[in-house]
Amino acid sequence: MELILNIFTSICFFIGSLSIIIGACGLIKLPDVFSRIHAAGMIDTGGTAFFILGMIFQTGWSLITVKLVLIGVFIFFTSPVTSHVTANLARQKNILPVGKKIGKIL
Amino acid sequence: MNSFILFFILFSLWLLMSGHYNLLIVSLGIISCVFCVYVAKRGKLIDDEGLPIFFMPRLLNYLIWLFKEILKSNLSTAKVIINGKVEPETFTVKTSQVTDVAKVTYANSITLTPGTVTTKIQKGVFEVHALNSDFGDDVRTNEMDKKVTWLEGKK
Repeated sequence: MELILNIFTSICFFIGSLSIIIGACGLIKLPDVFSRIHAAGMIDTGGTAFFILGMIFQTGWSLITVKLVLIGVFIFFTSPVTSHVTANLARQKNILPVGKKIGKIL
Repeated sequence: MNSFILFFILFSLWLLMSGHYNLLIVSLGIISCVFCVYVAKRGKLIDDEGLPIFFMPRLLNYLIWLFKEILKSNLSTAKVIINGKVEPETFTVKTSQVTDVAKVTYANSITLTPGTVTTKIQKGVFEVHALNSDFGDDVRTNEMDKKVTWLEGKK
């Protein structure tokens, strides 16, 4: 039983690390600030979600599980706000995104 | 009625976070929760915006759908970063929600799925930045807009 749980944890940690590494590559590789926010969002959602899932497999049913889930919930609610603030500030400073613009933008 | 729901949420959070169930600790928890609810009620914070209980009946269904979408777009964002097929595009979408909370939920859901970010908001129109035309099409089909309007349940 413990072996199966350990294997599940390893798989979750592997997927989480992979998405964090790809997101970090994207942060360097992508062309402008708006595109880099997508890579940061990938780290926020994919990376943390899989890491927390892997830790939940280790703790089992206890109060620590509840705390881990709460950490996930708070990251889930705050990460889009920070992404939006970064993008909105860049737009207020009149930085236009590269690439095509469809229709009239605000 | 809403104050009781807020008290119930706060007190269950206290019980889950503390892990000590003495008489002293639990009574301290009750006192602090009652005080918090009193302050919130005095500041008129307990309304549809501070405590959106009209989301609750359909929230679980929506969250499952949202997690599925996040997982899918995580995969496609990873593919785009590795391939290097980056063609960013900016466009505007109209929203069909009534309340401000539902509009915020929609904007946050767009931002939460990697590949699309809400950059600017004006009354009923969002400006969205997408990494690729595939991600842009996902938003332009208005599937998520319909889901959030259904979650709001005012129409």
